[in-house]
Amino acid sequence: MSSVIPARAAIYEGTRIPSPIPTVLAVDPAQHDLEDILTINFGPNHPSMHGVLRLIVDLDGERIAGLEAVIGYLHTGFEKTMEQKTWWKGITYPTRVDYVAFQANELVFVLAIEQLLGIEVPRKATWMRQCLSELTRIHSHLVWLGTSALELGAISVFWYAFRERDVILDLFEMVTGVRMHTRYFQAGGLAEDIPPGFYPKARAFCERMPKAVDEYEQLLDSQQIWLQRTKRVGLLSAADALALGQSGPVLRASGVNWDLRKSMPYLAYDEVEFNVPVYYNGDVYDRYKVHMDEMRESTRIVAQCLERLEGMEGEPWIADDRKVVLPPREELHTSMESLIHHFKIVTEGYRVPEGEVYVAIESPRGESAVYVCSDGGPKPWRVKFRAPSLVALEATATCMTDAYIADFIAVVGSLDSVMGDTDR
Amino acid sequence: MDYEGVPGLVETREAFGETTLVVDPARIVEACTHLRDAEGFNFCSDVSAVDYLGWGERGVAGYIGTRGGRDLHAPGSQGHARVPEPKPKRFAVNYHLLAVADEPRRVRVQAWLDDGDELASVVSVWPTADWHEREIWDLMGIGFTGHPNLRRLLLDDDWEGHPLRKDYPVGGEPVRFSEAE
Repeated sequence: MSSVIPARAAIYEGTRIPSPIPTVLAVDPAQHDLEDILTINFGPNHPSMHGVLRLIVDLDGERIAGLEAVIGYLHTGFEKTMEQKTWWKGITYPTRVDYVAFQANELVFVLAIEQLLGIEVPRKATWMRQCLSELTRIHSHLVWLGTSALELGAISVFWYAFRERDVILDLFEMVTGVRMHTRYFQAGGLAEDIPPGFYPKARAFCERMPKAVDEYEQLLDSQQIWLQRTKRVGLLSAADALALGQSGPVLRASGVNWDLRKSMPYLAYDEVEFNVPVYYNGDVYDRYKVHMDEMRESTRIVAQCLERLEGMEGEPWIADDRKVVLPPREELHTSMESLIHHFKIVTEGYRVPEGEVYVAIESPRGESAVYVCSDGGPKPWRVKFRAPSLVALEATATCMTDAYIADFIAVVGSLDSVMGDTDR
Repeated sequence: MDYEGVPGLVETREAFGETTLVVDPARIVEACTHLRDAEGFNFCSDVSAVDYLGWGERGVAGYIGTRGGRDLHAPGSQGHARVPEPKPKRFAVNYHLLAVADEPRRVRVQAWLDDGDELASVVSVWPTADWHEREIWDLMGIGFTGHPNLRRLLLDDDWEGHPLRKDYPVGGEPVRFSEAE
């Protein structure tokens, strides 16, 4: 047995997957004929529902006897749309897919293009990407923390979490010009150089953030209601989590020591120091703990990235490949060659070699990946996002076995799915 | 890595640092079970499908010939640098597998299908394949035999057509109340 998976996890002997349909919790037929089974429809619009998710719940008193998740209310056809756009215009779309962890999706798509192109990325761009990815992780976890606690009635945490979130959005605005959906990563590097005012502001944030996490933890961990509503609720064993394809905080809260940043490093994650928090109970409380610890670890990574980036003053932030990368703006006034390249890239787009790749990163929600297929032309033939949110919702039925109606808000929240990512 | 023992293995390809195993679609469950139990691929990351209808017919820009000769009328913005390799059949279903272990590995299992062909479901191998296969049925129209609950996932139950197919037009969805009376 590998050291990644805890010894007691017997893979595929899932104890709680309600077979034969793993994503549906079916009412016991013997119980079905009794009159006291009540079928209730939650959503797609419900104040405590995480976005437009619909859950059809069969209730036996307060106990959940059956459950089925219905998704697709936010289906936008991103994958079809991206087939109609050139590669470089397509980078705008992934950020809209998972609108809470926008830079993670942007990054994974850009990495996929780069893998097909075989283009070398300057180290400054790699480190800045890593820095922003970790800020995105903190941002996403803060939104998760705020909304999940809010759904359980802890309103104050929401305000505190969004206070720190706003600082991160300020940083994004300073670097990219927009607060969300930044579109800052280009194939080959970054769209712009890092503004000098970024470092002191980001450092101040790194100073502040661990204390803020301590504050949230104090607020919640000293709260009996929070503890009672999250501990031993929404259980998911390590074996079930793996069989159901769970990744990210959900998997790590079930005791599996698995993080793509450590196990299959990309960017420069093998050059920074950080820990992967693992908890073993597989309940809502442990998922909350994983999120909190990850915010601390991400802050550490951001601080290390800033240190490295400050030593790279004046280095290029994007590759110097004129067939893919837009020429510097000032050259357009003096160089005919640059003008032609600019015109060709903007009107026709660059061509990406024929082939298919599957590139995965550890997004705040787990394994976020993109499968892209190119026919050698300027537009993708097929783009498919592996959405961690979609997979997370597959686990609702298993987590909800023998749960009570009040728990289910906590459980759905703890799986941390973003409906934009689920429905694409 | 050597994948010789995979049942129904047709071809092994290495490209862009990734391994693709093309397997006989009739033996997909056998191949997947073998990969799970003997090769340690305990985690199914993703199942997805590609429609290759019209592959290589987007026209070639400039002065590079197509299979049908030189095509100077092809719109430049649609062109290839060269004509891509032909594909054996219309659809490819890709299973992206991952070994969650101390020495992690990835592999892509690929099965080729014609329009109307069905593939055996791998829900019994990896329960997570449930929604992935439903999504493929919904958006690409590839059926999975033995799937316990093969209904549309993202679109309405009464939706017509499968939007990710290449012959499904963009903007092809009916606009409500558009017939002015």
